[in-house]
Amino acid sequence: MTEKMTEKTETIDPKDSIENIESATVRFAGDSGDGMQLAGTQFTNTTALLGNDLSTLPDYPAEIRAPAGSLPGVSGFQICFSSEDVKTPGDEPDAMVIMNPAALKVNINDLQAGGILIVNENAFKTLNLQKAGYETSPLEDGSLSKYRLIKIPITQLTLNALEEFELTKQIKERSKNFTALGIIFWLYDRPLEPTMKWVNEKFGKVPEVAKANITALKTGYNFASTTRIFSSHYSIKKAKMKSGKYRNITGNEATALGFVTATSLAEIPLVYASYPITPASDILHELAKHKTFGVKTIQAEDEIAAICAAIGASYTGSLGITGTSGPGLALKSEAANLALITELPLVITNVQRGGPSTGLPTKTEQSDLLQAMFGRNGDSPLPILAAATPADCFYMAFEAVRIAIEIMAPVIFLSDGYLGSGAEPFSIPNIKDLPKMKIKYHTNGKTFEPYKRDKKTFSRPWATPGTFGLEHRLGGLEKSDGSGDVSYDPANHQLMTDYRRKKVESLANSIPEIEVAGNKSGKLLVLGWGSTFGAISSAVEKEQKNGSDVSSAHLRYLNPFPKNLGKVLSSFENILIPELNMGQLSILINAKFHLKVIQLNKVQGKPFLIHEISEKIRLTLEGK
Amino acid sequence: MANKNNGNGSASTQLTKADFTSDNEVRWCPGCGDYAILSQVQKILPTLGVPKENFVFISGIGCSSRFPYYLDTYGFHSIHGRALPIATGVKVANPDLSVWVITGDGDALSIGGNHFIHALRRNPDINILLFNNRIYGLTKGQYSPTSELGKVTKSSPYGSIEQPIRPVNLALAAEATFVARSVDRWPHHLTDMIRKAYEHKGTSLVEIYQNCNIFNDGIFSDYTEKDVKDDNTIVLEDGKPLIFGKERDKGIILDGVTPKVVELNDGYTESDLLVHHENEESPVMAHILANIEFYGGPVPFGVFRSVDKPRYEEMLIDQMNDTIEKNGKGDIQNLLNSGYTWDVN
Repeated sequence: MTEKMTEKTETIDPKDSIENIESATVRFAGDSGDGMQLAGTQFTNTTALLGNDLSTLPDYPAEIRAPAGSLPGVSGFQICFSSEDVKTPGDEPDAMVIMNPAALKVNINDLQAGGILIVNENAFKTLNLQKAGYETSPLEDGSLSKYRLIKIPITQLTLNALEEFELTKQIKERSKNFTALGIIFWLYDRPLEPTMKWVNEKFGKVPEVAKANITALKTGYNFASTTRIFSSHYSIKKAKMKSGKYRNITGNEATALGFVTATSLAEIPLVYASYPITPASDILHELAKHKTFGVKTIQAEDEIAAICAAIGASYTGSLGITGTSGPGLALKSEAANLALITELPLVITNVQRGGPSTGLPTKTEQSDLLQAMFGRNGDSPLPILAAATPADCFYMAFEAVRIAIEIMAPVIFLSDGYLGSGAEPFSIPNIKDLPKMKIKYHTNGKTFEPYKRDKKTFSRPWATPGTFGLEHRLGGLEKSDGSGDVSYDPANHQLMTDYRRKKVESLANSIPEIEVAGNKSGKLLVLGWGSTFGAISSAVEKEQKNGSDVSSAHLRYLNPFPKNLGKVLSSFENILIPELNMGQLSILINAKFHLKVIQLNKVQGKPFLIHEISEKIRLTLEGK
Repeated sequence: MANKNNGNGSASTQLTKADFTSDNEVRWCPGCGDYAILSQVQKILPTLGVPKENFVFISGIGCSSRFPYYLDTYGFHSIHGRALPIATGVKVANPDLSVWVITGDGDALSIGGNHFIHALRRNPDINILLFNNRIYGLTKGQYSPTSELGKVTKSSPYGSIEQPIRPVNLALAAEATFVARSVDRWPHHLTDMIRKAYEHKGTSLVEIYQNCNIFNDGIFSDYTEKDVKDDNTIVLEDGKPLIFGKERDKGIILDGVTPKVVELNDGYTESDLLVHHENEESPVMAHILANIEFYGGPVPFGVFRSVDKPRYEEMLIDQMNDTIEKNGKGDIQNLLNSGYTWDVN
């Protein structure tokens, strides 16, 4: 097939064959050691610089170093970039760069028919084919005929280009990701300079390696440009984006920055205590860097110690924050209730992953909503927030801090693996435009009662050790309203339980109402929460353009719900709830509003594709 | 920042025991060893020169963990086994506080065992008073991790089949910087140990043998009853030879790596005896002393080990201050603007 194509393309001058397209989705996939994350990141940075909107998602194995060439060792990176608004990393890639047979096997089913399939043919040797479970080479047996297969000897090209370099063969081979990147840069008409600049900074101390990587990059670019191996190449215009300064940001980075920003602006010291867990550890890594902001990080001995250290810090007047993923949240539940009954501010971040148990550590899921809602003993409501996009993690982390302090309660902030490691351009806010927060510590001994409540928020005073005259005892035993003495009085327990509920419920008055995108009433509302925002809103917009009577609404506050939610839901004939779990929001909606909703559930460790939701919308509207 | 009133408090010299007595009725069983410990703590606190508002007592769950309710200081009665990580968070948030953890054998060594070893190796400046009564009291009489093999209790009617944890051994293995033992019935010794624990900068562990007169009465009587205690115990004193016995006629020598009890009038003099050095960097000798019982020796009381090592919260804050000194205080807008950025016009 390649030969045929080469024959066909020989008559075309690549310089004249730039085709303008609106958007493209590209996936880089190879062995963990092939440098695909790096290639993807460099492609992303250059693309951002060109002014396209974009969204990215890395897909890496749970094993740190799975055997080279094996299926579990495949690492991928996908980017969707466009001249229009981009909300997801794309459904089916238009092009794939495949560095070995295992990567082909794992990824090929996602490539759209007719998609460009660039493979490193040097890696398709007997041993690698066997490791990937191929009996015959898929490059030769016609099994890839529905794609535009382009075989390139990427390893050999790299070695040839670096022949004169005084480096070992092994090191030279490592530059092959730059060769592949060069090819893709040509294919999508992107400049090499930003990557060359980055290479020189990154490998400045080993100039020979820097030079090798740049040589490989140019080799790939020139190979694509001069061999006319592609029928054309593509250009994507700048997207219309709000003017301002941007950076590309992952959800975990945004979460960490949200915490630092919120606590800095509120002038309260931040203590982040966490136990390493995938996919939440990056928040700890990020915060551990920010010592100049007075951020104190504790890598605790376990999940329980982490939340307890955070509680100790909050008790002492700092803001304690802990971060984890699903199994860790399970371990923290008893301590979360200690913060709840002692009414101390605390933020618990859960970067959800596939469960139950250890489940799918590196894959995404939204299946901890009911755990967040109910996974504690006793009647123990606490506020739950969820971010909609990687950049939104900044604002929701900020909001979690604000609420925890305002009502003196633990707040659960839900992110997930897809948001945590996915990235998108973040329009950097001016801190002057962010909400103001003020911390009030109680200092007056004359008026002090540990459980005397604020009339509006029902929060109790925050009196921290070291404050003269306010010595008092807190604890997990039920406390008497006002005095805070231990109390087993039946009426008091009812009263305190009611207060703890009211504290959370009355937040509905201060959180934003839910907004409907599209008609405010009609046949169908697609309701989502958390990271499904991109896929849902893209699908709904698409169906709206096709003339369908469908709207969407997205929840970022799960407890309490926005106060207009009931009214919004009742304005539609049908409610469709797509979730990456088996129907957890559906249960809550059904319980609260007695509404029978239509569910779309997926638990495959992957986010929704836009077309999966589109299809369900169409079927629902057709009454199927 | 919190604690603006630091140092604005009462002059500590004027404080008395009454200032540290809360208005909560003490609800331990009459005759419980906890009373004696509470009384010693209430007596010693006013003498430490710390403003009252700077004391924080944190406990887990168990009989002893009710302790903070009876002290008029800042107190936190937390959840089972977790007082130590909470205390670590408190100390990290405000190193000026005098942080105390009250815990029991079940709380510290069973459900909280993990936190126990990690607190000791990290060495934050907190004081741990471990009330060891070798039984679960609050749950009404099951064997604890320090109960002896064969112990008959409600949950071990045919005798416990578990080897006990020896808290001092465990603490030394975690390279705790201060390890001591006392007993509820020795008020002066107990006060001395609590004071030394306070004075030690770093995590201090005082194991306090405490009688549970309801479920495990008399378990420590060998060390507390007048006629037998002197022959069954040895008091460790820094720089002094290891002598014990009612007549002070017995001592301990080291035979190779084996401790041996010798009679002083049997050809041995004081100069032959092992001399205790609590500040020794290596924990090996402290381990040998802690295991003297295995060689027919008396049970040691006193300070096994007291060495100076950097404190967790100090290192954490030093690292922070060094970074600020080097790079200046962080600017949030600059932080947000950092990394790979681009402008859209």
